[in-house]
Amino acid sequence: MPYIPHTAADVRAMLGRIGVERIEDLFDEIPRALRVDALPGVPPALSEMEVSRLAAELAARDGRRLNFIGAGAYEHHIPAPVWQLVTRGEIYSAYTPYQAEASQGTLQIMYEYQSMIAALTGMDVSNASLYDGASALAEACLMAVRAHRRSRSARILMPVTVNPAWRRAARAITEGQGIVIDELPYDPARGITDPKALEGHAGTDLTALVVPQPNFFGQLEDADALTRWAHANGALVIGAVNPVALALIAPPGEWGEGGADIAVGDAQPFGVPLSSGGPYVGFMASRMEHVRQMPGRIAGRTVDADGRTGYTLTLQAREQHIRRGKATSNICTNQGLLMSAATIHLALLGPVGLERVADACLARTAELVSALTSIGAIRCAFAGPRFHEAVLLLDRPVAPLLEALASDGIVGGHDLSRDYPELGHALLVCATETRTAADIERYAVSLGRLLGRAAAA
Amino acid sequence: MKKPEPLIFELSQPGRGATAQHPPGVTAELPQRLRRRSRLPLPEVSELQAVRHYTRLSQMNFGIDTQFYPLGSCTMKYNPRICNSLALLPEFLGRHPLAPASTGQGFMSCLFELQEMLRQVTGMAAVSLTPMAGAQGEFAGVAMIRAYHRARGDTARNEIIVPDAAHGTNPATASMCGMKVREIASRPDGDVDLAALDAALSGATAGIMLTNPSTLGVFERNIVEIERRVHAAGGLLYYDGANLNAILGKVRPGDMGFDVIHMNLHKTFSTPHGGGGPGSGAVGVGPRLAPYMPVPVVSKDDGRYRWLDERDLPQSIGRLSGFMGNSGVLLRAWVYMRILGAEGMRRVAEYSTLNANYLLARLVEAGFDAAYPGRRASHEFIITLKRQARETGANAMDFAKRLLDHGYHAPTTYFPLLVPECLLIEPTETETREELDGFVEAMAAILREAAADAATLKGAPYTLPVRRLDDVRAARQLDVAWKPAAA
Repeated sequence: MPYIPHTAADVRAMLGRIGVERIEDLFDEIPRALRVDALPGVPPALSEMEVSRLAAELAARDGRRLNFIGAGAYEHHIPAPVWQLVTRGEIYSAYTPYQAEASQGTLQIMYEYQSMIAALTGMDVSNASLYDGASALAEACLMAVRAHRRSRSARILMPVTVNPAWRRAARAITEGQGIVIDELPYDPARGITDPKALEGHAGTDLTALVVPQPNFFGQLEDADALTRWAHANGALVIGAVNPVALALIAPPGEWGEGGADIAVGDAQPFGVPLSSGGPYVGFMASRMEHVRQMPGRIAGRTVDADGRTGYTLTLQAREQHIRRGKATSNICTNQGLLMSAATIHLALLGPVGLERVADACLARTAELVSALTSIGAIRCAFAGPRFHEAVLLLDRPVAPLLEALASDGIVGGHDLSRDYPELGHALLVCATETRTAADIERYAVSLGRLLGRAAAA
Repeated sequence: MKKPEPLIFELSQPGRGATAQHPPGVTAELPQRLRRRSRLPLPEVSELQAVRHYTRLSQMNFGIDTQFYPLGSCTMKYNPRICNSLALLPEFLGRHPLAPASTGQGFMSCLFELQEMLRQVTGMAAVSLTPMAGAQGEFAGVAMIRAYHRARGDTARNEIIVPDAAHGTNPATASMCGMKVREIASRPDGDVDLAALDAALSGATAGIMLTNPSTLGVFERNIVEIERRVHAAGGLLYYDGANLNAILGKVRPGDMGFDVIHMNLHKTFSTPHGGGGPGSGAVGVGPRLAPYMPVPVVSKDDGRYRWLDERDLPQSIGRLSGFMGNSGVLLRAWVYMRILGAEGMRRVAEYSTLNANYLLARLVEAGFDAAYPGRRASHEFIITLKRQARETGANAMDFAKRLLDHGYHAPTTYFPLLVPECLLIEPTETETREELDGFVEAMAAILREAAADAATLKGAPYTLPVRRLDDVRAARQLDVAWKPAAA
């Protein structure tokens, strides 16, 4: 019996101790009519060897390709120690540190993670993770409504340059609480939020403005100006940021005069593989004054009965297991394993490593844009500084090209035609430090061939 | 006790680094006005320092791989290593979620098969895998119930009924969906009080959230009658899958009449708990709620797999994540279910129930009080230490902390809230009889110690990296992030 250790003698002895004859008797409180005797739709058992063969065949069918998509999930080098350490049983098979004395490892990692996220974002406090970037943005909108002392509108301004999937998730998750999300258009020349779009909202009751940095197009918003405008108009600022970029660009804590109020994003770029979409790890940081409105677990440093330093879950009165219907969120289990991976990843990179990764992302993307736009029939959609993504405009539909590139072993980018039809045939591409000059050339040659043009060397 | 482990920041020396992990330096162009002004206060340590530090920290944890972990309602069973190995196959790991579906047919076939298997074991009409934890599955469930009533113009239904034994996420979820919570009492035998249910049902009832077996560790015997009354009142039934392990392959929530359920794949289907996640809260729905499922969902048309999104399910409550949920967790659950097969599923319920009833019987023999004597334990059960607390002064928390010294993770304490001085104990099916016997001996030893020397108990634990922590200080003198000393 896979994973069940009972011998026939065990079962006899245990049933005897309970005082029943058969295991089936233990289900005698369940109405007979409800019980099923078989699960016809579930396939028969496989051995570990058989399932390994099957999984390997399915994985091989998908194969491996050279990736040029970002769009919210980024391929970075992951140091070998990261997953060797987090899959140690003491981390992998532990649960939420309810028994602090038996969970000091997890709790100290949470504290270190919180410290790193607070440092990166330039904020005072971080929680110990949320599910992913999209749900973290939704939680930030809910948190802003709770934290804002004067606003009655529960109205959030959301630039269209925020990741469309994140916007959808924010809407789906906040809808039940009557939150209104008003979208802000972008400047078609620069691909960043149009300051003119803000004017119509001046003087109205606003709860918060979301500022994506870099935005979904990879363009860098004028975060200082947006933050100043929001604060002058009584709105809180929620920064939705790429954490790698923060090694290089001003973090939310430095925006405008006093900094943003809440910062969220996805820490997937820190030690978490693309893994077909998850599990990733949402992060959230804020100013100290809002900490009691924050959702999720928070680890705090304290002392034990002998005065020794130790760590424990703190401010639990915010949480569902104490506060029930009045909790800041229903979140319970979060993304502990990935939070641990992110912490170890950042410890290994350090400030120099992370800055180099960010520099390399910026440089590689510039090379990619240059190589692809030199093919001809491709141009860059937006002017202005960007981080590690760019929107390219093509002369024909993107989807068939992406299929053809995939046959060539290249995942060429993300088709924007569904979410941004006004851009025409638009392709979002990304290059991180993992793409070499040879990779970029291979992409340019392949795309040039498909477009019937030679790539300029 | 081990010597305390400093913070990674305290190991840092300027100019040090795990330089094998650094890419070559390049100069990137970026306008000065956009640049970061403050320095980045991340630690500067060697690779060995980091490896040693996190290895040492790991050794300060209890985990299933090192200790019996009978944390009630959390299903801390063995997480087969193969599930991790196969989820980490490079092709699955390296795949970008937005890569064309044509490049992910193998991966999607696993997810489709998982959807189908979960549909079968729950008896529901359809399954969406996208919620990223149990609480998000609950959210999806209540949001679907809300969407269903609204689509019918039944907009007055804004109340969710929750039994007092419910997990805290149930009322928190109802509030998050803009619903009012109506709590109803349980009877002394652990079943829902039908009179209280009748009093709560009205034209405002959107639905009821139930866990069955409940968190009191017993099967709700009136489930058929509850289903009839709630549906007759126009409400829908939500099944919280926290305790699905107890009935897997024996009873199906769909057959009990539930309209929607969430499953905790990190409990029943043995994906790891990871020190607090990632979970996965797949939802199953009956025919009434199928149009409202969260997206994306995998479909199979003419042998090809593709993602269904809002265009295919226009009434969907929408998307809850950036991509398609916790895919890597879903792969682990798929591996687990394929290894168990149909017969293995049934054995999960049978042997987890056997272990729980055996452990309960032995603890009662050892002098402990069952909270619901006369009831059959499900896969978990509650003992109450009310009598011991009165007689000796040692309470449930003291027992829990002393168990740590005996090398056992503590059961869930002080939950459910309605049972005083309770321990909620869930041994799971993967534990041997010897392990359960060892736990009983430890509990018996602690009971003797409580009678002889309660003060010792109140000071426990003594053998862990730290003794009891000052939670009040942690909350009052909030220290939640290390800050570099001012230069």
